[in-house]
Amino acid sequence: MLIIGLTICRISDVLLCNVTDRVSFWFVVTDSSQNMTTVPGSVVEAAIRMNRNRINSAFLLSDKTLQFLKITSTLSPPVEPSTPVWLIVFGVVLCLIVAGIVFLVVAGIQQRKKKNKESTERENLEEKGEVTVTVENGIPCEALDLKAGHINGVFAADDERFTSL
Amino acid sequence: GFLIPYFIMLIAEGMPLLYLELAVGQRMRRGSIGAWKIISPYLCGVGVASVIVSFFLSMYYNVINAWAFWYLFHSFQDPLPWATCPLNSNRTGYEDECEKTSSTQYFWYRQTLNISPSLEASGNVQWEQALCLTLAWLVVYLCILRGTESTGKLEQLSNPKTWISAATQIFFSLGLGFGSLIAFASYNEPTNNCERHAIIVSLINSTTSIFASIVTFSIYGFKATFNYESCINKVILLLLNAFDLEEGSLTADNLNEMKDYLMATHPQEYAQLSPQLKNCSLEAELDTAVQGTGLAFIVYSEAIKNMEVPQLYSVLYFVMLLMLGIGSMLGNTAAILTPLTDSRVIATRFPKEVISGVVCFINCVIGLIFTMEAGNYWFDIFNDYAATLSLLLIVLVETIAVCYIYGIRRFEKDLYTMIGRKPNWYWKIMWAFASPLLIISLFIFYLTDYILTGTLQYQAWDATQGQLVTKDYPSYALAVIGLLVAASTMCIPLGALVTFIRKRLKRE
Repeated sequence: MLIIGLTICRISDVLLCNVTDRVSFWFVVTDSSQNMTTVPGSVVEAAIRMNRNRINSAFLLSDKTLQFLKITSTLSPPVEPSTPVWLIVFGVVLCLIVAGIVFLVVAGIQQRKKKNKESTERENLEEKGEVTVTVENGIPCEALDLKAGHINGVFAADDERFTSL
Repeated sequence: GFLIPYFIMLIAEGMPLLYLELAVGQRMRRGSIGAWKIISPYLCGVGVASVIVSFFLSMYYNVINAWAFWYLFHSFQDPLPWATCPLNSNRTGYEDECEKTSSTQYFWYRQTLNISPSLEASGNVQWEQALCLTLAWLVVYLCILRGTESTGKLEQLSNPKTWISAATQIFFSLGLGFGSLIAFASYNEPTNNCERHAIIVSLINSTTSIFASIVTFSIYGFKATFNYESCINKVILLLLNAFDLEEGSLTADNLNEMKDYLMATHPQEYAQLSPQLKNCSLEAELDTAVQGTGLAFIVYSEAIKNMEVPQLYSVLYFVMLLMLGIGSMLGNTAAILTPLTDSRVIATRFPKEVISGVVCFINCVIGLIFTMEAGNYWFDIFNDYAATLSLLLIVLVETIAVCYIYGIRRFEKDLYTMIGRKPNWYWKIMWAFASPLLIISLFIFYLTDYILTGTLQYQAWDATQGQLVTKDYPSYALAVIGLLVAASTMCIPLGALVTFIRKRLKRE
């Protein structure tokens, strides 16, 4: 049963004509309550637009397989989140990269400062002449723990071997 | 059929020249400018030309990484944005431009590039692309910041895998002539076995290239078949609706006969309909060759959208593309930075971070040209002309210089001290005769090709038709092309001239 406006029509009110090989046809809807006059096209169009889903499911078809000429189906737009997803991912990656750069630059500056301080300290001490930093094999002698070494028996003082003065 | 010349070129040019460049860098322990100065003072122009070519390359190459970032960030959606067409304004169907072409091409040309119909219509800078380009340059800066120290040259670069990530196709992919190989090799230990590395790198590079091309061509064929079949289906639907024929009476096989029959029986209606009937042909689909960089993005995103869990494969693919791209960029920037940090004039005044930062910043600002609406056309100009001729010339001069000016005997002795054995006859013949001859013939071929085709043309995207059309370059674009080629090639004779004049002045 088709509901057009407020009038209810029966199946016998729908007349088919111009049936072709292609499963397509023209149809008109007559209004039996008003002396078999045809219902105007715009009213029929409006009704079909509203009830498109019901008509489709009655034929087990979809908007793609059942086409009403002059009645274009409205397609559902894709879901769009409020902030575009790509900006969020971009923001995350950007923050990581900038953090990495800042860390490396700061580390480089600190390293250079330490090297400069060490070399100026050493220069100052050598200028004053108070402490000469004796270096053995690249290690300053103060850093060596002389007591922690092993005494080599061969070179241990054997007083009798040396001629006494 | 293509594999035979490919392998011949690999054996005759790729491997010998790769070995040559690695050995030069390793022996001279300098970037490209310093290395060639040592071989002969007249050749300082070669190093400068290499640096200029690397500079042009780094200008435009990072835009590819920016596009890869763009696609990567868009892979975190369901469905993928290039899987379906967007709807038109009154939501009755899909967008016109997207209807005429496929959704992946629409995403590339409209939503990524927002391309203008011709080179002259420059348009505005696309802020999204500019953001991605800035990010790409920040990533490059991060990597080169703690990169190759100029004092204690690191040993990690002696691993061939690091160089492989900087290679793309056979001749240019091996990075010959850019100076990046010399720069990288100068960080090698002097005893590094560069002969073995040269062979391994070129063979692995070729295997990866062949594998990648097999995958690319199969996806390409799939896309062409799919487009052809949807074109046929659209034509069938149109004819069925117009002539009210029975469902199933028109198929792909009898389409041509039925079209002739309908033309004969209903000539007027058919004539009315014929502007809308496209002539579908598989050859035309295969011929719509997506050019250069578009191939990586359109063809592969087309393949990915048809897979299960496309987001996963999309993320994996674009991360891989990014790694390759950033690796190439590191090679290029190393080629530019090593001569700068080797020269005492600049290195003592500014710390390494500042030099790298300035280079990255300048390149980023110039790269904003490629984010404009007509940017992809300028990108194609750089891609086609900035490197090809200049590299051929540079590599030719390099081979002749090492063989005939430095002397092949001296070079043999250097290699003997470095890796412990002299190069065998294969390498010597290639360096002395085969490679230079091949390069000269390639050079002549390119020049005659340019001269014969008259004015140069480019492919522009036509939004109304949904396909690429050929257009002529305007005069200022031709001037830029000439400048690009001249800037690098003229350095070689200019360098020799300047050294000659200086020696003359010293003598007097």
